[in-house]
Amino acid sequence: MPYPTDETRWIDGDHDIASINDAIADTVQSPQHRRAWLRALAVAAVGLGALAVAVFGVFWWYIGVWGVDVPVMWGIAITNFVWWVGIAHAGTLISAILLLANQAWRRSINRFAEAMTLFAVACAAMFPLLHLGRPEFFYWLFPYPNTYGYWPQFLSPLAWDFFAVATYGTVSLVFWYIGLVPDLGTMRDRSTGLRARVYGVFALGWRGSARHWERHQTAYLMLAGLATTLVVSVHTIVSFDFAVAQLPGWHTTVFPPYFVAGAIFSGFAMVLTFLIPVRAWLGLKDFVTIRHLDHCAKLMLTAGLVVAYGYLAELFFGWYSGDPHERSLIASHLHGRSAPLFWTIIALNVVLPQSLWWRRARRHIAWLFVLSIAINLGMWLERWLIVISSLEHGLLPTTGGAYFPTFWDWLTLAGTLGFFAFFMLLFIRYVPVIAMSELRELVAHRRPEAP
Amino acid sequence: MNGLRGLLAEFAAGDEVLAAARAARLAGYVALEVYSPCPVEGVAEVLAFRTRLPRVTFVAGLLGGAAIFLFQVWVHAIEWHLNIGGRRALAAPAFIVPTFEITILSAALLTAFAMLWRNGLPRLHHPLFAVPAFARASQDRFFLFIGAGDPRFHAGHVRAFLESLAPLEVHDVPR
Repeated sequence: MPYPTDETRWIDGDHDIASINDAIADTVQSPQHRRAWLRALAVAAVGLGALAVAVFGVFWWYIGVWGVDVPVMWGIAITNFVWWVGIAHAGTLISAILLLANQAWRRSINRFAEAMTLFAVACAAMFPLLHLGRPEFFYWLFPYPNTYGYWPQFLSPLAWDFFAVATYGTVSLVFWYIGLVPDLGTMRDRSTGLRARVYGVFALGWRGSARHWERHQTAYLMLAGLATTLVVSVHTIVSFDFAVAQLPGWHTTVFPPYFVAGAIFSGFAMVLTFLIPVRAWLGLKDFVTIRHLDHCAKLMLTAGLVVAYGYLAELFFGWYSGDPHERSLIASHLHGRSAPLFWTIIALNVVLPQSLWWRRARRHIAWLFVLSIAINLGMWLERWLIVISSLEHGLLPTTGGAYFPTFWDWLTLAGTLGFFAFFMLLFIRYVPVIAMSELRELVAHRRPEAP
Repeated sequence: MNGLRGLLAEFAAGDEVLAAARAARLAGYVALEVYSPCPVEGVAEVLAFRTRLPRVTFVAGLLGGAAIFLFQVWVHAIEWHLNIGGRRALAAPAFIVPTFEITILSAALLTAFAMLWRNGLPRLHHPLFAVPAFARASQDRFFLFIGAGDPRFHAGHVRAFLESLAPLEVHDVPR
């Protein structure tokens, strides 16, 4: 794809094709901070162990160990599911939509964000499966010929979720891997011994011929086009879990776009939460510049404004419906039982992000980091409000109830955080975090000064 | 010339290899290939190469979507019809979600597999990897290859021709 030559402005410093390779491959080949990495990995491994215990608990005692009961049959497991799927979306937006929009700055962060997508989808997929009640029969969701003469119920949002998340995970993996193959070839040719063999196997024998590249770039563009539809469809289908039900606060047409915007909003927050420390840690500030963070912040602000519109639309349509149950839910949000939660969410997701209108805030790294964590938290609480507050409220006072997460609920959430951190740490240690081949393209026309 | 698979000229920049490929094309060579660490714009046109991969994407998506749609019709309207409050068995709008997802999934998977298959990958070993300098083809050097299969191939002439393009070096590729 043609890029104007001034797109090299996305790389700071005086880099040519060789120094780009050195800087990025060195993060894998001669990494700094080995001890710090090991310590972080050990902490994440504890989280991974916690996940194993939590999953074992659910398999052993079933979901009774979670605090779910009538009427709140969906606890924070579903909150976590929606939150994790949402986080995945920024990676796909960066890698697919920004590729179609010819945005050169995506090249420095797409690999990283796509890896986040993969692990976030893996975290997300665990929750609905564990929440099935009989998680060992999760494969019943898959249509396969069986002796019971049974087929999945294709009219059910549960089956839709299965298809949406399975497709999302698979396509994200393929997209990520296809983009990675040329870089694995580079790593193969830069390494020796066992490492060269391992990278060599995963590089599939990539030689970088013009015909290889032509097919590769075409396939990559096709995959980007396909993944673009997933950016808007996956969370739409997740929102159907709620929107097709009759419960107050759920049965709204604004849900699909509102969920998609929320997904992108929280996804960019998570990208910033991880990207800010990693770019410093790996010494990649020449490639992930302050201007990249600035752009992420702008997109986050944009998504945040759509989310704010979603909140308004939810309130408006609740009131405008004239339905007493909808109205009483809104009253609860504005000045009732769920008001503290609702106003916290407004503060975190609507008020604080307005600071991003100012360039100084967008380029203030500490503020961006704090804000990104605030938004992650705010978006998690928002999903709590949607999932749990609606179920607690119900249609009649007699159907009301209360829900408190148990130790096992929190352990599962903490476990997925550990799982996510663990695999992100492995990723930054063994895989080039920036697409070298894509950055090389930006400077390929430059002839190196000295041979 | 039995011991030779072809000759490989090494360049330091994408523009140089593009100009060299153009010159080789004008000189009448056809068994040409360019190896580069990143896509070089215009090289595919010089080599007169076009890929038909988008057709794979389109057909795969179409077939995958049609298959899952018909499958859902079969399950709910024919094989296992459940009467739920008299609702219609063939509820096409509800079938859209899996239809859409499988369309995307089959198009994506087949595009990726077709790309690898047409590229002859995975192929872990290749005679080019026997040329030590070729390790930089995935890093910072650009190579023009003229194969021994070319009707006009003559090692001495091709070497002289490649030298005339001012490369960094010309390498023999053993068979």
